[in-house]
Amino acid sequence: MPQINGGQALIRALEMEGVEVIFGLPGGAILPVYDPIIDSPIRHILVRHEQGAGHMAEGFAHATGRPGVAMVTSGPAATNIVTPLCDAYMDSIPMVVITGQVGTPSIGTDAFQECDTVGITRSVTKHNELVTEAADIPRAVREAFHIATTGRPGPVLLDIPKDIVDPKNPRSALEWYWPSDEALSAGLPGYKPTTKGHPRKIKDAAELIVRSTRPVIYAGGGILKARAAETLRELAELCDIPVVTTLMARGAFPDDHPLCLGMPGMHGNYTAVTSMQQSDLLIALGSRFDDRVTGKIPAFAPDAKIIHVDIDPAELGKVRRPDVPIVGDCRLVIEELVRAVRELGGGAAQPDRSAWKSTISGWQERFPLTYEQSEPGDALKPQFVLEQLRESTPDDTIVVSGVGQHQMWTSQYWKFNHPYTWVNSGGLGTMGFAVPAAIGAKVGRPDRMVWAVDGDGCFQMTAQELVTAATERIPIKVAILNNAYLGMVRQWQEMFYEERYSEVYLSPDLPDYKMWAEAMGCIGIRVESPEEVQPAIDKANDIDDRPVVIEFRTDSREKVFPMVPAGAANDDIITFQSHREVVQ
Amino acid sequence: MSNGKRDGYRHHILSVLVENKPGVLARVAGLFARRGYNIFSLAVAPTEDARFSRLTIVVDVESAPLEQMVKQLFKLIHVVKITELDPRESVERELLLVTVSAAPAIRGQIIELVQVFGGRILAVGQDALTISIEGAPEKVDDFEELLRPYGIVELQRTGRVALQHLDRATRARIAKVS
Repeated sequence: MPQINGGQALIRALEMEGVEVIFGLPGGAILPVYDPIIDSPIRHILVRHEQGAGHMAEGFAHATGRPGVAMVTSGPAATNIVTPLCDAYMDSIPMVVITGQVGTPSIGTDAFQECDTVGITRSVTKHNELVTEAADIPRAVREAFHIATTGRPGPVLLDIPKDIVDPKNPRSALEWYWPSDEALSAGLPGYKPTTKGHPRKIKDAAELIVRSTRPVIYAGGGILKARAAETLRELAELCDIPVVTTLMARGAFPDDHPLCLGMPGMHGNYTAVTSMQQSDLLIALGSRFDDRVTGKIPAFAPDAKIIHVDIDPAELGKVRRPDVPIVGDCRLVIEELVRAVRELGGGAAQPDRSAWKSTISGWQERFPLTYEQSEPGDALKPQFVLEQLRESTPDDTIVVSGVGQHQMWTSQYWKFNHPYTWVNSGGLGTMGFAVPAAIGAKVGRPDRMVWAVDGDGCFQMTAQELVTAATERIPIKVAILNNAYLGMVRQWQEMFYEERYSEVYLSPDLPDYKMWAEAMGCIGIRVESPEEVQPAIDKANDIDDRPVVIEFRTDSREKVFPMVPAGAANDDIITFQSHREVVQ
Repeated sequence: MSNGKRDGYRHHILSVLVENKPGVLARVAGLFARRGYNIFSLAVAPTEDARFSRLTIVVDVESAPLEQMVKQLFKLIHVVKITELDPRESVERELLLVTVSAAPAIRGQIIELVQVFGGRILAVGQDALTISIEGAPEKVDDFEELLRPYGIVELQRTGRVALQHLDRATRARIAKVS
């Protein structure tokens, strides 16, 4: 085989992995790898900040299920991408990040733009590696994609010193090869994720299911990672069991399905929260008993037996000891569960659950999600804006959010009827996620309409990536719910700090979002009254050659309800109705 | 880490086979730090197969559920196999080096003590001795206690290494390949 250099090998390896797009920004140490990009069919999207590259790669992965790829240089570029790595690690997003590094002779000398990238990112990646020989590059890339996409997905970082990719350096020469499957697994003797559930445990789980009288399926992001939405639906329908979808699983089970109870947790709806609390069997599928779902752990679903299915054995028993733990891929395990339930007689073998179902529908009637419409002349209600947006966009629109009140309202008020239509930062709670992640999602799914719903605080953190979107003609749409505050923090200060508002006021006018959007090559629209909402959305939906930003001036006093205060038991849920009674 | 005297059975020994790759010790140590687990002692050395090293980690069972610790360790890509060794069913050994004050008048007492414990005198100075002793950690603990009144100048223990007893089944053996 002819000799090539490390930079060429790296790009060729990405091509071998089927990479279509790299989000990145070049710099000194990664320069040699940027040269072969010119000759590669891989599209490169030049970001304005490395954090943007990372979130774009995440958004791409969320929307497509394929690993997102970001490439940046050493030092500050590597540290700038730490937040997306941590975000992807928390939310199990498959992502491969390539960072430049100073040449191997300079490592450890505090060279210009040197930092200990593998040290810094060790605890926020599924795996990372400092590649020290050019000949290791194809192997390292193959392993990185394998690790990022199998088992519990996650981010993998490869740190590439300049000398092994620089054609002027003899250390960069290698003979091209591509590792076989056998070589791949021989090279990773400690990595063999369990995907198939234990048959005995599956049988135990099926027996618990058909005996239960108040079951709830607690579906988490693992359903989406395992491409298990269809299978989940089959199980829920076969056993006639209601389903809650966590923040990471919105869309994994259609909101318009009669068995769907919506989102549980701190800002979940009353029925989703309370049905879990009162269930006698929680079937946790790819969910991880996050504190934002469980509330105070000893008081969480106290009477429920637990079936817990997860591909990561460490999740089983981490928070709540399951009665039936099953390690495996959600799709494979649920398929087996469906088979096992059928063998036990299917839905017909189950006890009469009409009392449970009528209890649930009673809660749905008594405690729907609700808010008060604004008085004429008052600022817009964010929920109203979201309802209008929801009704004016295609059913398969991809919705991306930042973190805070707007994220919770979007999750609550949108109707997610398809998987992979909801992209957000769940575990890490990364403000500024929306704009770059929406760009990544749109790059991955150019056939879909992509709306970012953002807060004014979030928008100011990463808005510069709209320049990237405008330049690259990536026509995302952004709805800023501008309440001039760090709204979620304001809500906590109002409710739990005696309305002492400390450092949460931003400004409705500064920056001027319309002018800022236009300066970045987008169409900018400002909406202040309810009558303007619909025309603005219609106008945005008609524009497909550049990004659009609509700033909606919303009511800063509006709070997210229901709410389970941090550390409280889920039984102490505060609904819109109960809060209003207390205030009045 | 600590070299304090320990109740024999409140600790657990994890024998962790890892790929002999750069940074693997940092990964393990970082994981323990990040998740708030306490390492009581840690010994690392290559195995008979140069591709692998073995870490012998003594963990404080009070600090976190052992099961969660083991599962989190397994998630490290370079961890190949973890064996939990029950102290009652394994051989543990530790090495202690110590320099102790030993004025000529009392030197005889100390030498006698060293002989009783099967230790060795490595160096003799004007008013101090350097001693090595190897053995079960409890024996090393006892020796250290007995030596303390004479005035310990400097002391270093290796942390324990361990293998399963040949004649009994281990209480739990956890292989990564299920």
